[in-house]
Amino acid sequence: MSVSRRRFLTSTGSAAGLTALGGAIPFELALAQGAPIKLGSILDNSGNLDAYGKPMVMATTLAAEEINAAGGVLGRKIQVVQYDSQSDIALYTKYAQQLTRDDKVDVVHGGITSASREAIRQTFKRASTLYFYNVLYEGGVCDRNTVCTGTTPAQAVEPIVEIAMKQWGPSAYVLAADYNYGQITAKWLAHYIKQRKGTVAATDFFPLDVADFASTIAKIQQAKPAFVASALVGGAHMSFYRQWAASGMSRKIPLCSTTFGVGNEQLALSPGEGDGILIAGNYSQEADTPANKDFLAKWAKRFGDPKAVHEIAVSQYQGILLWAACARKAGSLDRDKMVAAIESGIGIQGPAGTVTLEPRTHHATLDINVMEVKGQKLTIKQQFKARPPADTLQSCDLAKNPNDNKQYEVKV
Amino acid sequence: MDFAAVVTLEILYMIAFLALTSAGLAIVFGMMRVINLAHGEFVMLGGYTTIACAKAGINIYFAMLVLAPLVVGIFGLVVERLVVRHLYGRMIDTMLATWGLSLLMVGLVSLIFGNTAVSVPAPIPGYQLGNFQMGGYNLFIIAVATLMVIGLWLLLRTTRIGLVARGAMQSAEVASSLGYNPNIVYMWTFTAGAALSGLAGGVLAPLTGLLPSSGGAYIAKAFITVITGGAAVIAGTLSSSVIFGTINQLVSFASTPVLGEIAMLALAIVLLRLMPQGITGRFFRNST
Repeated sequence: MSVSRRRFLTSTGSAAGLTALGGAIPFELALAQGAPIKLGSILDNSGNLDAYGKPMVMATTLAAEEINAAGGVLGRKIQVVQYDSQSDIALYTKYAQQLTRDDKVDVVHGGITSASREAIRQTFKRASTLYFYNVLYEGGVCDRNTVCTGTTPAQAVEPIVEIAMKQWGPSAYVLAADYNYGQITAKWLAHYIKQRKGTVAATDFFPLDVADFASTIAKIQQAKPAFVASALVGGAHMSFYRQWAASGMSRKIPLCSTTFGVGNEQLALSPGEGDGILIAGNYSQEADTPANKDFLAKWAKRFGDPKAVHEIAVSQYQGILLWAACARKAGSLDRDKMVAAIESGIGIQGPAGTVTLEPRTHHATLDINVMEVKGQKLTIKQQFKARPPADTLQSCDLAKNPNDNKQYEVKV
Repeated sequence: MDFAAVVTLEILYMIAFLALTSAGLAIVFGMMRVINLAHGEFVMLGGYTTIACAKAGINIYFAMLVLAPLVVGIFGLVVERLVVRHLYGRMIDTMLATWGLSLLMVGLVSLIFGNTAVSVPAPIPGYQLGNFQMGGYNLFIIAVATLMVIGLWLLLRTTRIGLVARGAMQSAEVASSLGYNPNIVYMWTFTAGAALSGLAGGVLAPLTGLLPSSGGAYIAKAFITVITGGAAVIAGTLSSSVIFGTINQLVSFASTPVLGEIAMLALAIVLLRLMPQGITGRFFRNST
């Protein structure tokens, strides 16, 4: 880069001005608060996955600003170091290195797809940087340096299968994204369906860039399942729901999904097109609780229309609140003290109800709503209180094996 | 029985898809021997034009059938005048220049529309075929592709413009000695190719939704279709579209769409090994 004389003068001039100001005013503040706590975050704020990532970035900002307005954590303000991974896994690893080596952050909240989580988790483990993954996922991660606050199949998939089979019948056609989340979720779907004496007509996997589902839709009609279960992910896969609705199938074969609504898919379909799709998750905008109304009001005040709020934005928000609660309890940001706080059965009240951390797995115990899409809204059909991460609990016990560091998979 | 009809329709749709997305490339490559690596982005630009116009309240058919080819055609004209015309006969340089252009276009579209998926709903509802529900919009795509191929054939085969164009491609010197400026012919040929790419993008936009990087999804298929087809623009594109579309869908129905794509690519390798000059290098030699 070349620096012209004029540019050099203006930049040094303003830098000097800043230092002068910095020396004069915030000195007392700095003494009172110490340096800010750095909260790192890597999320897909653009690209194929931005329907998930954008609201999560907003949720991160909202949580940090709120904590700061209430005086911060341990008397220090939070400074968010946010990177946009542009739906590109290579950028995740790059920014993970940057967060641990250059920015030296105190905690990281980030990652959306399971592929991205596995790309960065070990980097944080090696650097002993506490890592929160706040997205629903296939379960099984067993690592003392990591906290997973999203829902897992035992929490969300089992209730959907239960209700779908009761309503619609015993056979299902499974569609899933072709990476670890989809592969493992498809196994869980099959597991819960077979447990209830049902059958899986077929399972199809799709790479994330597949956007043409015409032959699949014909094959589903050929197989005549009682219902379709989808674990599709991302902007390209959205066209499945559009093509499904456009061919008039939504009135013929009912659909349930482990991911629909997570990226506010119901808003991308015209009203009516998505009606009847069954989903399950921790959060619904329609939840008639003071905590949710308060949260939506805060969101509206900060960002305008709260329509963007979705499951994993709330997950991210609750994850940051959980981390702050742990820091307050630990009285320090030291990693080991934080882990002790995480394993103390600590919990918070979030927009989606009570969330407590389960000590043996570092996963969350939370409420699950089974919801139905109605006129672009997710209306709650049934609520299951305080569901533990039963799947991960089957194989993971960090109290017994504190050095465990792997992701367990279901055996079907 | 219904299922056979469904499979046939899906095969026809895939053939139409391949013919549409590769026609623009076939004209530019087949007639001018210019490899346009920005072809996928031309298609993407047509899609964005349609979606932007439809969102602005313009009739969607007018947007996809008129505005998309028009906008991309003008864009192609500008590109030809500024870049491509200086590089005729220099294949590697053209590839490099158009590749740079494709990166530039992805960047510009990301800047204007954001790096985020956009879409419009398909304007035609589904219909019932025996026991099956089908997407009605696919029929529209098949119709547009058919009309495009017929129109192109009539233009090249029966009109004076077509004759001059084919003549200039065969021997630029003879054409210029007869009073036709090959530069002008090249210019309009490139513009026409770009306009056809825009049409493809516009017509396909409601089906899948678009990202600035969507061009990449079109260009690979378009290239193998054109290269396998060989030098004859219409017969080549049509014959390879038929072969690839059929294989892709048959394998997709028998297994998964992923294997369908793989089967198509594997077949392309085999075909090019057997017929390095493309299908029309061996069969239908005297066709257009």
